[in-house]
Amino acid sequence: MTKKPGFFGRFYIAFILFFLYAPIFVLIVFSFNSTRSRSVWSGFSLDWYRQLFSNSAILDAFYTTIAIALLSAIIATAAGTFAAVGFHHTRRKFRTPLMQVNNIPMMNADIVTGVSLCLLFVALGSALRFRLGFGTLLIAHITFNIPYVILCIMPKLRQLDRNLVDAACDLGCTWMQAFRKVILPEIRPGIINGLIIAFTLSIDDFVISYFTAGGNVMTLPMQIFAMTRRRVSPEINALSSILFMSVLTLLIILNVREIKHEDKMKKRADNLKEVN
Amino acid sequence: MKPKHFTIPYIGWMAVFVVTPIILIFVYAFTTAAGEFTLANFARIAAFRSVFVNSFRLALIATLICIVIGYPVAYILSREVMRVQRLIIMLVMLPLWMNFLLRTYAWMSILENTGLLNRFLAFVGLPTLRIINTQVAVVIGMVYNFLPFMILPIYSVIMKIDKSLLESARDLGAPPLAVFSKVVFPLSLPGVLSGMTMVFVPAVSTFVITQLLGGGMVILLGDLIEMQFLGAAFNPHVGSAVALVMMFIVIVFMYVMNKFGGGEERAVGL
Repeated sequence: MTKKPGFFGRFYIAFILFFLYAPIFVLIVFSFNSTRSRSVWSGFSLDWYRQLFSNSAILDAFYTTIAIALLSAIIATAAGTFAAVGFHHTRRKFRTPLMQVNNIPMMNADIVTGVSLCLLFVALGSALRFRLGFGTLLIAHITFNIPYVILCIMPKLRQLDRNLVDAACDLGCTWMQAFRKVILPEIRPGIINGLIIAFTLSIDDFVISYFTAGGNVMTLPMQIFAMTRRRVSPEINALSSILFMSVLTLLIILNVREIKHEDKMKKRADNLKEVN
Repeated sequence: MKPKHFTIPYIGWMAVFVVTPIILIFVYAFTTAAGEFTLANFARIAAFRSVFVNSFRLALIATLICIVIGYPVAYILSREVMRVQRLIIMLVMLPLWMNFLLRTYAWMSILENTGLLNRFLAFVGLPTLRIINTQVAVVIGMVYNFLPFMILPIYSVIMKIDKSLLESARDLGAPPLAVFSKVVFPLSLPGVLSGMTMVFVPAVSTFVITQLLGGGMVILLGDLIEMQFLGAAFNPHVGSAVALVMMFIVIVFMYVMNKFGGGEERAVGL
């Protein structure tokens, strides 16, 4: 057995966690401040939470963000699943270069992806007479999400036993039936992972949205950025505190359930041992 | 329909939305507004030499600090009980759920001249610091935002190291320090390398951190590109040239890193 980390090691980890959480703590505390100040505490109030629900600019940006994240995650997951299955069945000679192109948006700096899509949309827009807006924003998000979905699904496909598909086909399935009844259920964990990652990336993205949304549509990160040029309204603090707390609660519930489940399995295993 | 035909729609999608935009960057970088071939855009970049130098210097410093801070975290963590490990990894990832603009904005209230840090220093009787709107503030912002991307890949690589290797090293009489320097550290290098790219690339191209914490006093490549595309200095041709040169240097950097690491696969299983 390796030695457990001592006091010093634990203290170090605690210090790093403090570094990671200090600004979040500041944000949450000042969302309850009674004045607009972001560093002078002048009393507890819920004003910013109350005003949040009447600030249409922030709420609109929030709805746009959620709509883009949901739509792009679902579309990217569907498209990515088909593409991954296709790649898996493509000969290596073609697959390697295709995967390299697929990796470009992941490897490139966000700002390069952003400005290059911006150039494309402006060029296409003047040819086909459309403007940058919700549509171009959605396309950009789908484009940067698909590679991550494929990245999640490919390992699951590699684990899949090819004989299963052959067996299904021998037993009279068409290929599409085998796809639906054999492949899809087997790679489902990868698909769900991909969906979650795509949704998260999309919600958090600022740089690519900034260059592809045009002047009329704003996501929440864009709204926040626009505000930082003047002064961020504490309503944003309130909204992020709500979002952060909901994610935190969700994670705690999931983890507690997992730990309980593990304990139960362990107990059951112990009982079995005793019986034997 | 055969399974390999599933790729056809996505190949079309990539051709339009991945390959064409990159080609457009090349086209813009080598043309004038009138559409004629030129190298003038690249000549204009010479004036921005200090921006290039500053960007790579600050991004490199931030990357090194992330390794120095993040590696011990990953290593200490790998020796904890599984349940503690899982909890702390969750805690390292959780901040990523709060929008990074806001977390960076919160650093403004901490680092400001009359901010929380300085008021704390004054309270305990220490001299106050001028951090905001300097390169130091920008580096703090980079380290803060990208540190999790250094910790996670290193951690996942250390966890994959075969424990029997450590046991045999110890059985053969290696002292703990030698077990670390001769076995654990060399085997964890792929994680360090993928952490380096995951920190360096966003750090070198950021414009949010510089605008918030650098207050316009520190101008990096990201700011330069942003100004040419959406800002006051509107000139997408020069902007494309800057982006192209940045992309090129980053690719060279990553290629050298990968050579150095023996061409290891990206170790992070995001």
